[in-house]
Amino acid sequence: MTVDPIHQFAIQDIVPLFTIGGRHFAFTNSALYMFIIVILVSALMIAATLPRAIVPGRLQSAAEMSYEFVANTVRASAGTEGMKFFPFVFTLFMFVLFANLIGLIPYSFTVTSQLIVTATLALVVFFIVVIYGFWRNGLKFLKLFVPKGVPVYILPAIVVIEILSFMSRPISHSVRLFANMLAGHITLQVFAGFIIMLAGFGVLGWFGAALPFILVIMLIALEFLVAFLQAYVFAILTCIYLNDAIHPGH
Amino acid sequence: MAEPTAHTEAPEGHHAFPPFESQHFPSQLLWLTLTFVLLYLLMSRIALPRVAGIFAARQKRIADDLAAAQGFKERSESANAAYMKSLADARARAQAIANETRARQAAEAKANNQRLEDELNQKLAAAERSIAATRTSAMGNVGKIAEDTAAAIVERLIGVAPSAPDVARAVGEANKR
Repeated sequence: MTVDPIHQFAIQDIVPLFTIGGRHFAFTNSALYMFIIVILVSALMIAATLPRAIVPGRLQSAAEMSYEFVANTVRASAGTEGMKFFPFVFTLFMFVLFANLIGLIPYSFTVTSQLIVTATLALVVFFIVVIYGFWRNGLKFLKLFVPKGVPVYILPAIVVIEILSFMSRPISHSVRLFANMLAGHITLQVFAGFIIMLAGFGVLGWFGAALPFILVIMLIALEFLVAFLQAYVFAILTCIYLNDAIHPGH
Repeated sequence: MAEPTAHTEAPEGHHAFPPFESQHFPSQLLWLTLTFVLLYLLMSRIALPRVAGIFAARQKRIADDLAAAQGFKERSESANAAYMKSLADARARAQAIANETRARQAAEAKANNQRLEDELNQKLAAAERSIAATRTSAMGNVGKIAEDTAAAIVERLIGVAPSAPDVARAVGEANKR
């Protein structure tokens, strides 16, 4: 039993593969969970929709709800034109959501608690926004940094602030998800550790352990909410950023 | 926390904080790219078109069913209208037949009554004629009876039978008074 709250984030090689230029590649526990995510999302979205039932069963209903939920989110924040990014946002949402939810299973591994993973996803979004923004709007994309109706004498300062906030988007985008997952799992592990520690003190300790036990139950419920909410926040921020690329004028 | 560092195999720097261990980044990036692209392809090529197809099929089915329901409704309405029309026709025809029958029967009854009345009138007239004849003959007989009776009474009173012409004359005079 691990009491060290950091140990759950450790990456272990399952199958070492090769080394290129001093960089070591291996099939790790993280990679295993990434594949589990792909398998479970595919099971929901592909296997459960196989009957193509007019009146859906439970799983097909869940698949349809996921589709509609993300489609409505994209349409509401990025407009109808944003729907060309719907498969991307959907993949992103499902990947993050399943990573978060699978991470809540005890002794499992949380892919989204790895900063490199969330940072990569956020940077992909960032570069899609920049590249698509310039490709679609040309230099008019730069209007994104020049808000309308701002007095000329403070405009330079505003432009600098806008550029800074645009550049810091991938940081806040990725750190928000990473930190939520990391902090939630550490908190859970610490309180769960208290239960084991107190229960080791005998009968009196059992009563003492009841308090962290109740806390852990409530925290688990909270973490389920956070798991869903962070996936949603990640997806909706992606939509809002994509909306900037589609409609750069404020 | 009986053995706080039992699981940190190497306490020195490179196991400090797992999410920041940069020696795992190449593997992470490799597998994240692979799995994310795989999931993207599975979703965009298979899953999402299929779900969209399910929605479209459902929408079409609902529209078709509504159209069919509308068709059935129209058919039932026209059938109802036809039924109402034939009902009204039948009612009108029945009314006509009833009126005709009533008129015919009334005419027949009137004719019957007329015939019967005529018959009865004829019989009545015949009866009256026979009564009158009877009365005339009876009245004739009354004179004869009165003469006979008067002759008998006179014979009883005076012991002499009066002659028939006298009696007849006397009765005739008495009847005139």
